[in-house]
Amino acid sequence: MYTFSNRLKIGSFILMALGVICLATGFLSAPSTVEEAKEMVAAAHHDGHGGDHGETVAHHDEGHDASHDEHLLHQLQNRPWAALYTAAFFFFMIALGVLAFYAVQRAAQAGWSPMLFRVMEGITAYLVPGGIIVFVILVLSVLHMNHLFVWMDADVVAHDKLLQGKAGYLNPTFFLIRAALFLGGWIFYREYSRRLSLAQDESDDISNFKKNFRISAGFLVFYLVTESMMSWDWIMSLDPHWFSTLFGWYVFASMFVSGITVIAMVTVYLKSKGYLTEVNDSHIHDLAKFMFGISIFWTYLWFGQFMLIWYANIPEEVTYFVTRIEDYKLPFFGMLALNFIFPLLILMNSDYKRVNWFVIMTGIIILVGHYLDVFNMVMPATVGDQWGIGISEIGGILFFAGLFIFWVFTAMTKAPLQPKRNPFLEESRQFHY
Amino acid sequence: MASKVIHALYNDDDILMKAVKEVRSAHHHIEEVYTPFPVHGLDKAMGLADTRIAITSFMYGCLGLTVAIVMMNYMMIQDWPQDIGGKPSFTYLDNMPAFVPIMFEMTVFFAAHLMVITFYLRSKMWPFKKAENPDIRTTDDHFLMEVGVHDNEKELTELLWETGAVEVNTIEK
Repeated sequence: MYTFSNRLKIGSFILMALGVICLATGFLSAPSTVEEAKEMVAAAHHDGHGGDHGETVAHHDEGHDASHDEHLLHQLQNRPWAALYTAAFFFFMIALGVLAFYAVQRAAQAGWSPMLFRVMEGITAYLVPGGIIVFVILVLSVLHMNHLFVWMDADVVAHDKLLQGKAGYLNPTFFLIRAALFLGGWIFYREYSRRLSLAQDESDDISNFKKNFRISAGFLVFYLVTESMMSWDWIMSLDPHWFSTLFGWYVFASMFVSGITVIAMVTVYLKSKGYLTEVNDSHIHDLAKFMFGISIFWTYLWFGQFMLIWYANIPEEVTYFVTRIEDYKLPFFGMLALNFIFPLLILMNSDYKRVNWFVIMTGIIILVGHYLDVFNMVMPATVGDQWGIGISEIGGILFFAGLFIFWVFTAMTKAPLQPKRNPFLEESRQFHY
Repeated sequence: MASKVIHALYNDDDILMKAVKEVRSAHHHIEEVYTPFPVHGLDKAMGLADTRIAITSFMYGCLGLTVAIVMMNYMMIQDWPQDIGGKPSFTYLDNMPAFVPIMFEMTVFFAAHLMVITFYLRSKMWPFKKAENPDIRTTDDHFLMEVGVHDNEKELTELLWETGAVEVNTIEK
C-alpha cells in the first residue's frame, strides 16, 4: 500500500494556499469601472492603447469609443476568470486524457500496462473534483458572473445574426445540460471501471475483467462523441463566430499527450520512492514512446488546422489565427517548440526514453507546452491583447497543481498499487522491450 | 578466418540460443549463425554490437529537410518570386506553411530510402548476388552455427554435440 508522504502532502497544501492567495489578488485587482480599466491600461503602456484587435462583436460607428472602453473593461475583468478557467480545464483534461488512455489499454487488452492501471486509476480520481470545479465555473458564466462566453450575453445575441443562428445549440440551458451529461458519463465510467478493477483482485474468475473490457469499449465510443462536443462547448464557443471541424481531435490530442506524460511522471515518482518495484525501464520506455508519438500527432493536428485556414485565408475563419499571431506571437509559436521540437529531438533516441530523469524533464516541458496550448485557446477570446502570465495565471496553476497532487496521491493510498489478479498481469510483470 | 570450420545444425531456436551461450562461454569464436527467421535475442547472445542504422537514418532525414528547404527557397523565393494566388513569396518564412508538406515528405523520403540503401550496402545485398547459404535447410527449418577451428577439432565437436546439435560437420574452406 502507498502512504502519502507528509512532505508531499504539505507541499500540495502550500501550493493550494499560495494559489488561492494569488487568485484572490487577481480578482481583487480587476477593475470594476471603465475609468479604472483605462487607467490600468494607461499605466501599463505609456503610448496608450490603440489599433484594432480582432473583436468578434460588431461595433456601430457612433458610440464606438464607449463600446470600445466597455470591451476593454470586460477584458480586464475576464483576466482572473480566464486564468482560473484555463488552469481548471488544463488539470481536468489531464485526468480525462488519462481516462481515455486507460480505456484504450483495457479495450486493446494491452499486455504491458496492467502494472500501471492503479496509477492511472489514481490520476483519474481527479475527474470528480476537477469536473465539478469546471462545471461550477460554467454555471457562474451562465449566471453572468463573468464575460468569458460572449454568446451567453442576451444583449450581444440580440444584435448578432450569427449568434442568433447558433442559439439552438449555444443556449445556456442546453449548454449546462450537455456539460452535466458529459461529466456524468465520464465519472460514471471511471467509478464503475475502478470498482470492477478492485473486485477483480478479490474474485476467482475473470468475469469482472470481461465486464471491464466491454464497458471500456463502450466508453470509448461515448468518449469520442462527447469529447468532441465538449471541446466545441467549453473551448470553441469562446470564439462563437469561428468554427473548425478538427477542433475536437486537436483538443483530444492535447489532453491525451498531457495525460500520458502525467502517467509517466507519477510512475517514475512512485518508483523512485520504492513503490512499484516491479515496474521496469521498459514500461517507462513505452510511456515515453507514447509521449513522443502523441506529441507528433498533436503537432500534426495543430498544423492541419493552422495550415488549412492560413492557406485558404477565408476572412471569417482566419481571424482566429490573426489575433493569435498578432497578440500572442511568443506563446503561440513558443508552444510549438515546447510541444514538438523538444519532444521530437529528446525522445527520439531509444536510450533516452529509458532514462527516468530525462522522461521527467521532457514531461515538464510537454506539460508547460500544453498549458500554453490551452492558454492560447482560451485567452485571445476572453482577454484579447490584455493578456499576460501574471499573478492570476500563476495562482491558477499553483492552486490546481496542489489540488491535483493532493487528490491523486490520496486516491493512490486507497488500494494496493499493484493489481493482483489480472489475466495480463504476469505478461506485464515480465514485460521487456 | 580459420581455414577449417565446423557447421553445427540445430532444429530448435531455443536449443540454438542455449548452444550459442555455451560455445561463447567456452571461448570459441562463432563465425556466423544462419537461421530461417529472426531469433529474438540472438544478437545479444552472440555479443554483436548494436546497429547504427537509425543514426544514419536521422542524418539522411536532416539532409532531406535541407534539400527541401534549399530547393524551395531557390525556386519559389529567389529565382522567380511570382504572386501565385496571393501567397506571400517575400521570404521563405512568409510562405513556409505551404512548404511544410514537401519538407516533411522529403525528410521521410531521404531517411527511408537512403537508410535502405545503406542497409543493402552494409549487408552486401544486391540482385544477382550469389547466395552465401552453406546449407539449404537453414532457409526452411534448421539453424546452423559456424565455429572456427584452431587445432581443437575433437574437443569442439564434442562440445557441439553436447549442446544439442542434430548434425556436426567439419568443412574445409
